[in-house]
Amino acid sequence: MARVVVNAPKQAKRGEIVEIRTLAGHNMETGFRRTQLGELVPRDIITRFTCSYNGVEVFSADLHPAIAANPLIAFSTVASESGTLEFRWTGDNGFSATHTASITVD
Amino acid sequence: MSVRAIRLFLLLALACGARAEIPLAERRSGYLDMGRETRAMQDDDAVNPATLWVLDGEALWARKAGAAARSCADCHRDARDSMQGVAARHPAFDAATGKIANLESRINRCRVERQQAPPLAYESRELLALTAYVGLQSRGMPIQVESSERTRPFLEAGRATYFRRQGQLNLACTQCHDERAGRRLAGNLIPQGHPTGYPIYRLEWQGMGSLYRRIRNCMIAVRAEPYAPASPEIVELEMFLKRRARGMPLETPAVRP
Repeated sequence: MARVVVNAPKQAKRGEIVEIRTLAGHNMETGFRRTQLGELVPRDIITRFTCSYNGVEVFSADLHPAIAANPLIAFSTVASESGTLEFRWTGDNGFSATHTASITVD
Repeated sequence: MSVRAIRLFLLLALACGARAEIPLAERRSGYLDMGRETRAMQDDDAVNPATLWVLDGEALWARKAGAAARSCADCHRDARDSMQGVAARHPAFDAATGKIANLESRINRCRVERQQAPPLAYESRELLALTAYVGLQSRGMPIQVESSERTRPFLEAGRATYFRRQGQLNLACTQCHDERAGRRLAGNLIPQGHPTGYPIYRLEWQGMGSLYRRIRNCMIAVRAEPYAPASPEIVELEMFLKRRARGMPLETPAVRP
């Protein structure tokens, strides 16, 4: 299980726009590099990131080989109700990481 | 020429030949020369990619290892108390061996002697994680390596290495990092070379690296044979660099471009 760091507010006012920042530990090997012997290093990247807010997808991103290692994804959403934010990263070679954070809206 | 003129001439000749060192007040961390975005990345732990290593280090600190089945925390307890200032004063004199040791070798000595585990490989993820975690406990503290009778020979040797021309390009560290600091090498700014934030997350590396990795880069660039990791020359040079950066706040884990 890869290491991820998620920074999301624990509390927010109803209707407030909250910023969420996520960091996932991943090499993001592009698939374009070669070893010293000339062999291609196979691609190994995160291909998709999604964030669900109480089961509803509020943000998603497709990732491509030009994205740096340990991708940082920051986005915002509207705090509508108390509940959980579920983050999911999936990628090559069966890569999968999840993280959940709870948010209280008042 | 009068005696006085000769004396003046000799004095001038000496002054010109003297080694150009950066005055203490004019030293600047590479942090100040970074772009706004890169500085923001270092300033906020939530977006600093080195946090991934720090968290690994925190987990390793508590994990039992080796034949002794002992963790770092079993002896040193909470790193947030016991490791305060440790990174700021390394490389340090090790009374047991009569030599100096950097943080990496100090951690590995603990592993071999106390945990009875094999030493961690230099630049391995585990060793970088542990040094980053231990280094974080000294963040903001002034760098202060011991400068005394017993460390003098090592500091002198490190200084000699720093001022020695090396490699096919026949360059000494001082020629870039003292005499030409602030100018450009191709498109890149030449930093003063103060080791204020190691281990660092370097964007060019797309990962974490130690001060040794940085020095090895420089040595390959001047086409010299790099010293072996944790070799006496490297630890002496690291200690001299830390002495040169005395009083500057430690930034570990720093981000560099």
